[in-house]
Amino acid sequence: MMEISGYEREDGRFGVRNHVLVLPTVSCVNGVINRISRDVPEAVCVTHAHGCGRGGPRDLQILFRVLSGMVHNPNIGGVVLIGLGCEVSNTRNLFPLIKEAGKPVEIYDVQLDGGSLQTAQKGAAAARRMLAEIGSQQRVPLRWDKLLVAMECGGSDAMSGVTANVALGAVADWLVEKGATVIFGENTEMIGTAHVLARRAKDERVARQIEQMIERAEKLAGDVMGDLASLVISPGNMDGGMSTIAEKSMGCIFKGGTTTIKQVVDYGEVPTEKGLILQDGPGYDGDSLAGLAASGSQLMFFSTGRGTPAGCPAVPVIKVASNSEIYRAMGDDLDINAGKLVEGISLDELREEMVERMARVINGEKTKAEANGMEVFSFMTVHPPF
Amino acid sequence: MRENVLLIHPRDNVAVALRKLESGEKVRGKGIEEFPVLEEIPASHKIALRDIPAGEEIIKYGETVAVSTREIRKGEWVHTHNLESKRWKR
Repeated sequence: MMEISGYEREDGRFGVRNHVLVLPTVSCVNGVINRISRDVPEAVCVTHAHGCGRGGPRDLQILFRVLSGMVHNPNIGGVVLIGLGCEVSNTRNLFPLIKEAGKPVEIYDVQLDGGSLQTAQKGAAAARRMLAEIGSQQRVPLRWDKLLVAMECGGSDAMSGVTANVALGAVADWLVEKGATVIFGENTEMIGTAHVLARRAKDERVARQIEQMIERAEKLAGDVMGDLASLVISPGNMDGGMSTIAEKSMGCIFKGGTTTIKQVVDYGEVPTEKGLILQDGPGYDGDSLAGLAASGSQLMFFSTGRGTPAGCPAVPVIKVASNSEIYRAMGDDLDINAGKLVEGISLDELREEMVERMARVINGEKTKAEANGMEVFSFMTVHPPF
Repeated sequence: MRENVLLIHPRDNVAVALRKLESGEKVRGKGIEEFPVLEEIPASHKIALRDIPAGEEIIKYGETVAVSTREIRKGEWVHTHNLESKRWKR
């Protein structure tokens, strides 16, 4: 059995990375983050398009949950929070939600700290200090049941549901067997599969939640797209041979494996159950990854058939190609070739290869998306900005 | 000869082309008796494993993924030109 290790956090969770996160409260200060990023490339500096201009309760809930969820993510060892001052999610409003993470946090506000250049200098100095401070933390042995692993698919082709997602599902089943937690979202890609997922729910209540989640996703697609709702699959998906959303969805939900569905969590919400979890989040990859990261995922598998380089800030993403052509064509971006499944290797052999790679990545080996710096950070909203 | 299609579930009435299939070549896959391909079919697209009357369910992964809009012959390409979503009519 492979030994794995991680960084113990005060809340009892474990990180597989020990990153300093430099996070803006609002898009207005993204330029400050970019300056800090140039000065301190070792820090995980993220920018986003949110923080103000949306007043609805659902958008505010998502905003605060995702920003604080990123701070709470176990892969984060320390945080430099950069605010503006007059925004909705300003540092004063955000602080109560992040202080309980028990991590070093330094906070600067552009309107109070001398403008953008001085704030960038202070933020960069803080990030360097924090990197030195948490750099001495040692890895400790980690049990598999302490892991929350996310399964994502994007840029799918018809082989995604035949090779790569089947392989992700095999790893998901292996992890659940080890006592770990596996989460996947993308509710638009569950449309047409409510009956299949609901009968795998642990009880009636979870079954109803699954049905309601998929019903809402279907209604939203119908409301927004009308007669074109069945085309909630990109043209690339269709070129790849998928004809309907139900066909894409069947291939999509294979990535969660075959175990009992224990809980449905909201977008960015932290699961309280172990085993297989569904997240009520969108299919758009960047938004989906942020929700899964805010939920506390320490690691992600991401299958792709058409090929996408997208990774996630602070969370290693293992890319799994659904076919050998794209694995070769995007060799710098893709970690595992599930296309081998149709070339003679067995699902067991492929799963073994993926579990071994997962253990190495947990122990610090960089994934291609990590090494290439391909992180994207965006999160969902329900209304346009005012 | 190497397999050129994949049958995902025994209930399915379509299989997935593992590479581009040419008209006239033989379909080969685990759990499938050989039969001729009737038209060119792109890689990773679906091929009908039996004659499918109009209005019949298209089964893949052992589940219904669409309904045929016209008769589809065994060996034909199955895609948006001869099926529709069961949920939304196009």
